[in-house]
Amino acid sequence: MAQQKSETVFAPWDDPDQKPIIQFKSVTKRFGSFTAIDNIDLDIFEREFFALLGPSGCGKTTLMRMLAGFETPTEGTILLEGKDIAKVPPNKRAVNMMFQSYALFPHLTVYDNIAFGLKRSDMPKSEIAGRVEEMLTLVKLNKFAARKPHQISGGQRQRVALARSLAKAPKLLLLDEPLGALDKKLRQETQFELMDIQEKTGTTFVIVTHDQEEAMTVASRVAVMDEGKLVQVATPAQIYETPNSVYVADFIGEVKIIEGTATPLGDDRYEIQWAEGQPAIRAACSTPLTAGSRVFYAIRPEKVAITAERPKDAANAVKGRILDIAYLGNISTYHVELPDGQSIKAQTANNRRLARRSFTWEDTVWLSWTDTAGVVLTS
Amino acid sequence: MNIRRLFLIAVPYLWLGALFLVPFIIVLKISLSDAAISIPPYTPTLDFSGGWEALKQFFSKLDIENYVFLTEDDLYWKAYASSLKIAIISTLATLVVGFPIAYGMARASDEWRPTLMMLVILPFWTSFLIRVYAWIGILSTEGFLNQFLMWIGVINEPLSIMNTELAVYIGIVYTYLPFMVLPIYSTLEKMDASLLEAAEDLGCTRTSSFWLVTIPLSRPGMIAGCFLVFIPALGEFVIPSLLGGSQTLMIGKVLWEEFFNNRDWPVASSVAVILLLLLVIPIILFQRNEEKNKELEL
Ligand SMILES: Nc1ncnc2c1ncn2[C@@H]1O[C@H](COP(=O)(O)OP(=O)(O)O)[C@@H](O)[C@H]1O
Ligand SMILES: [Mg+2]
Repeated sequence: MAQQKSETVFAPWDDPDQKPIIQFKSVTKRFGSFTAIDNIDLDIFEREFFALLGPSGCGKTTLMRMLAGFETPTEGTILLEGKDIAKVPPNKRAVNMMFQSYALFPHLTVYDNIAFGLKRSDMPKSEIAGRVEEMLTLVKLNKFAARKPHQISGGQRQRVALARSLAKAPKLLLLDEPLGALDKKLRQETQFELMDIQEKTGTTFVIVTHDQEEAMTVASRVAVMDEGKLVQVATPAQIYETPNSVYVADFIGEVKIIEGTATPLGDDRYEIQWAEGQPAIRAACSTPLTAGSRVFYAIRPEKVAITAERPKDAANAVKGRILDIAYLGNISTYHVELPDGQSIKAQTANNRRLARRSFTWEDTVWLSWTDTAGVVLTS
Repeated sequence: MNIRRLFLIAVPYLWLGALFLVPFIIVLKISLSDAAISIPPYTPTLDFSGGWEALKQFFSKLDIENYVFLTEDDLYWKAYASSLKIAIISTLATLVVGFPIAYGMARASDEWRPTLMMLVILPFWTSFLIRVYAWIGILSTEGFLNQFLMWIGVINEPLSIMNTELAVYIGIVYTYLPFMVLPIYSTLEKMDASLLEAAEDLGCTRTSSFWLVTIPLSRPGMIAGCFLVFIPALGEFVIPSLLGGSQTLMIGKVLWEEFFNNRDWPVASSVAVILLLLLVIPIILFQRNEEKNKELEL
């Protein structure tokens, strides 16, 4: 019991004793002269919910298809539980895939779609019905077992596809943009359902998405991809709070990137000169920077406070004029223009009623943030 | 507005009425008449000038004795049965030949498909009759096929293919192949390639995914193709009479002989009416198949 308590934080990637279930070792995939996957090294651990995030065409599907066995790496090796899977055909891999288009068999009922993989396995006939029922219950589709795919809704089809790919209890489940076709509300519900199912079945999930919110919601770790490369692999919180590059910072959530030159103040503190007539930004940065090096300072709107007077003890404060206010219900975003024309966004929670809001258009305000609020990036 | 709509609805009915129903009623009427040495070669003929009495007399002279005659002479039964056999066998043969062609076309790369499609349709640009005559040149005792086989030494004696049922099968398969290939191709081409990957992902080999996914999904195309071949093959006349010789018995030939050799229009018409009734069954089944497919696509 006491032991379990220490395991409550799930972070096998930080534990050098853990063996990854999947390892990519310098994997490159080319289509002709086009490099779709560019020298990737990646470890994915058992029971992880791993998200591949990136713009369309960055190679997410290709990476998945290599895991499923539909593409072979041009260079490098992929290991599943320590064994090279290059020679293992898709039908022999303990990996199942939920296709972007669902790929449900239109001539089979929901029941037979789910049973399809089981009938091809060495599961005894007598156990198949029970397993299918179990899967139908898991995705709440018992009533629809006898329907054909064209007789059920999009959301139900997506759940059939999920049940079908889970039925064989694969070691690894690949989900290629599984929620792409659903509307926002259904999507959010399904995200939680997915997390629930992943927890219940203990399967390792690798999910592809181009929706950063989705990746942040479901994943234990996120890999941000760009043009066939992994830019950053980290937990959603790390990706959000400490992105390793402007690309990642920009891709995830809203951010203001300020270019400037750094001057060390000692003790991991720096001053960043960024605009004529503006006070230098004070920021903390653990990687050492030389004096005068070019840096990018990334600051997120919710880290910026907005006040009428200059706060006394703020590490950073700038004066500006409210250009625009975006009211988003639970929060408001203020677009504040600085005297040099740049604009910075500040976000505040709307815990008061609209009528009692303190600022309006054209008001002169102060924006302030602490020295640890932003991130200093070198690329 | 209403008149225009009425007109639009009426056009296809008028078309069907003029080109199908009226000729059918004429043939039906002739089949109920008696043969006669006159022009036209049957009685009674319809004469409206005689008024109501003449019309009554006209109808009283119609009878079904030609149909009774068809059941008495076993030539007709045998001809129907033999036509049915030839049509079924050649339909299946066309399916066996046509499916791989359609499959190959559907799997070909995008730049090849139009060319392959052209090659399938190309024979339609030549007269059907000339193409059947060309087969005589290929299949006859001194034909290209025998010459070629003897030249490479497979056979010493020429094969006698001409004037056998085999020649008829070859002729029908050749002629109706596009009707089989095109519907199968269109179902295979529509098939989502990820279905095959999904089948493999779930444990199928290439072969089993073919039998479990490709074949069931192309079934509507195969059924459509079979009907499109079977229906015209059943009443086929040109191919059996040019390639099948005197031994091959098919109802189309019997029909022709009754009309032109015996000049027995009433019997010929009753043969035609029975043939049509035989064809109605597969035509209805074909329509059902098409409607079911449409529903599936919605
Ligand atoms: N079979 C293929 N042949 C040629 N190029 C391909 C093939 N598959 C993918 N690509 C290319 O590889 C790149 C990555 O594709 P993909 O992995 O599907 O991206 P994503 O899923 O991230 O949108 C794209 O530019 C795509 O055009
Ligand atoms: Mg993709």
